[in-house]
Amino acid sequence: MAGYIVKRIAVAILTLLVIICITFLLMNAVPGSPFLTEKSTPEMIARANAKYGLDKPLYVQLFNYIKNYARGDLGTSLKMQEGTSVSKIIFHQGKFALSLKLGLYALLLAVVIGIPLGCIAAYNRGKWIDGFLRVVTTVGVAVPTFVLATLLLVTFAVKLQKLPTLSGSLPDFKSYVMPVISLSFYYTCYVAKLTRTSMLDAINQDYIRTARAKGVKTRALILKHALRNSLIPVITYLGPVMAGIITGSFVVESTFSIPGLGKYFVQSVLSRDYPVIMATTVVLSALVILMNLVVDIAYKIVDPRITLTSKED
Amino acid sequence: MDEKKTLLEVKDLKVSFFTPAGEVKAVNGISYTLGYNEVMGIVGESGSGKSVEAYSIIGLLQSPGKVVGGTIEFEGENLLEYDEEKMRQFRGNKVSMIFQNPMTCLNPVYTIGNQLVEALLCHDKGYTKEQARKRAIEMLELVGINNAEKRIDQYPHEFSGGMRQRAMIAMALICEPKLLIADEPTTALDVTIQAQILELMKALQKKENTSIIFITHNLGVVAEICDRVSVMYAGHIVEQGPVNDIFYNPQHPYTKGLLASTPRLDEEGKERLIPIEGTPIDLLNPPQGCNFGPRCRDCMKICLREKPPFAEVGEGHISACWLHFRDQAGKEDRT
Repeated sequence: MAGYIVKRIAVAILTLLVIICITFLLMNAVPGSPFLTEKSTPEMIARANAKYGLDKPLYVQLFNYIKNYARGDLGTSLKMQEGTSVSKIIFHQGKFALSLKLGLYALLLAVVIGIPLGCIAAYNRGKWIDGFLRVVTTVGVAVPTFVLATLLLVTFAVKLQKLPTLSGSLPDFKSYVMPVISLSFYYTCYVAKLTRTSMLDAINQDYIRTARAKGVKTRALILKHALRNSLIPVITYLGPVMAGIITGSFVVESTFSIPGLGKYFVQSVLSRDYPVIMATTVVLSALVILMNLVVDIAYKIVDPRITLTSKED
Repeated sequence: MDEKKTLLEVKDLKVSFFTPAGEVKAVNGISYTLGYNEVMGIVGESGSGKSVEAYSIIGLLQSPGKVVGGTIEFEGENLLEYDEEKMRQFRGNKVSMIFQNPMTCLNPVYTIGNQLVEALLCHDKGYTKEQARKRAIEMLELVGINNAEKRIDQYPHEFSGGMRQRAMIAMALICEPKLLIADEPTTALDVTIQAQILELMKALQKKENTSIIFITHNLGVVAEICDRVSVMYAGHIVEQGPVNDIFYNPQHPYTKGLLASTPRLDEEGKERLIPIEGTPIDLLNPPQGCNFGPRCRDCMKICLREKPPFAEVGEGHISACWLHFRDQAGKEDRT
C-alpha cells in the first residue's frame, strides 16, 4: 500500500508538470495583456512586461514557474495590491477556506440525503414513492444552479425575508442555508439516481437471494448486503466532483456574493492575471489528483476484491 | 416410508406468475409428503416448475409469482399463513436453501465468517459473537474446509467454486435446519467437484439428520443421493416413487423418455441416445388433456381430452398416465 501511494505521488508530479505546460501554453495563446487598459500606452505595457519578466522568452517564463512551484512559491498577483502573493490570497485570506467549507457541507448533504433517497427509491421500485423521487431527481439534475439559486433568493430572502440575500463570508448558520442547498441540489439528485440504479442491480444479485434465504432482516438486506455493493459507482462519481465542488462554484459564489476561490479564479482569467491563473489551476489539479487517489483507496475499503497495484507490479 | 413421520406435506400447491401476457401456471396442483430424514429428488426439465415449487416453500417467490392455491404444511403448520416476520424467522432456521451458482451466491464484500455468523445471529438463538464464530469454524471444518481458523476471515473470491459451495452448505446447516432445499447445487461445478459435494451432502445428511429436497435435472445425481423421486413436467408431478423403482421400473412415458435420453456408462457399445420429441408446452395455453400428450408416443384419444389421474403402480410408486387405465379407457372408448 505504502509503495503504491509513493508511485502514485511520482505519477502525480509528472501529471502536474504536463498540466503546468499546457495551461501556460493556452494562457499565452489567448490574446490580451494583464496591463492593457484604456489609458495604457505601448511603452507602459513594455515597461510593466519587463518588470514582471513577461518579456523573456516563453520557455524561460515556463521554467521559472516550474522552479518556483518546486520551491512552494505560487508567485505574485499582477493585478491585486502590489506584491500580494497568490498563496496568501488563496490560503490566508480565507478564500479557499470559504469555498472548502461550502463545498464540504454541500457534499455532505449530497451523500447523507442522496444515498438514502436512492435506497428508498430502489427498495420501493415501481411504487408511488419511487415515481415521486424520480420526478424530483430528474428535475434536480435538469435545473441549472443559477435558476435554483435565484428562485431560493426570491422566495426566502425577498418574499419571506427569512434568510439574508448576501451570504458574504458565511458568518452564521442562516447565511449557509441557501448557498449550500443551491450547490448541493444537483449532486444530491444525481447521487440519488446513481444509488437507485446500482442498488437495483445489487438487489437482483444471487447473494441477496442467499441472504434472504438465511433469514436476514429486510433492513440488513438493504443496508448491509446491497448498499455496500452498490457504492462503487457513487464513489467513482463523488471523487472528481469533490475536487470540483470544494474549489468553489462561480455561479453560487457570485449569486450569494461569497468571496470564494471559484469567483476569484474566473476573475483572474478575465483580467489575464497570469500567476493567479497558473497557481489556481495547479492547486485545483493537485486536488483532483489527490481525490482520485482517495477514491482508489476507498474502492479498496468498500470492495475487498480490488487490489491496489501499479502496472509494474 | 410409512413409519417415518411427516415433516413436510404439500397439498395441491398452485403457483402462478401473472405476466402481461397472462397467467402462467408454473406449478399446477402438486402434492407430496416428505418424511423426517428423507431425501427427495425433484427432477424435470427447465421450466417444469421444480425451482418455483421450492421457492414457495421457503417464501422466496418474487413478484409476479404468487401461490394461488393449496397448502404447505411444515410440522403441521401451514406456512402460507405465516406473516412476513414469522416467515423470516423460519427461513434459514427450520428450512434453508443452497443454490445453483456458488460463484455468485456469496456476498463478495464480506468475509465467509461474517456471512456464516450472520446466518446464526439473525435467528435469536442466544449465541454471543464469539460463540457464533466458534460454531462457524466448526461448520467449516465439518464441510471439509482445511485450516478453517484462517479461512474464515477470507473473502469469497479467495475460495474456489467447490469451496464456496462447501461454505454455502456450512451456512445452510449452521442453524441445524430440519429441511435443506438444494436447488441444482452441483450443476455449476465440474464433475470431480460435483462428486465431492454429493458425497459431502450424503455424509452430512446422515450425520445431521436433515431432510433434503434435491432439485436437479441430472438423473445421475438423483440416483446417487435420493430415497424418493418426483418427476415433474409442466407444473405437474407425473411420477413419484422410490428411487430404484423410478430407475428400473419407470411407468410414465415422460420418465421413460428422460431415462432413454440420458447417457449410461454401464451399457456396452454405442447405444444411441433417444431424445424426447417436440418441445415443452406453452404454459400460457396448457392443453386440455395430459400436458405430455402432444409429445407422447403412446398418446391415446382420451389423453388429449382429460387430465390423467394417478395410478398406484407399486408400493409408494404413483404415475399419472392414462396407459395405466388402458382397459378402462379402452372400454370407454368402445362404448
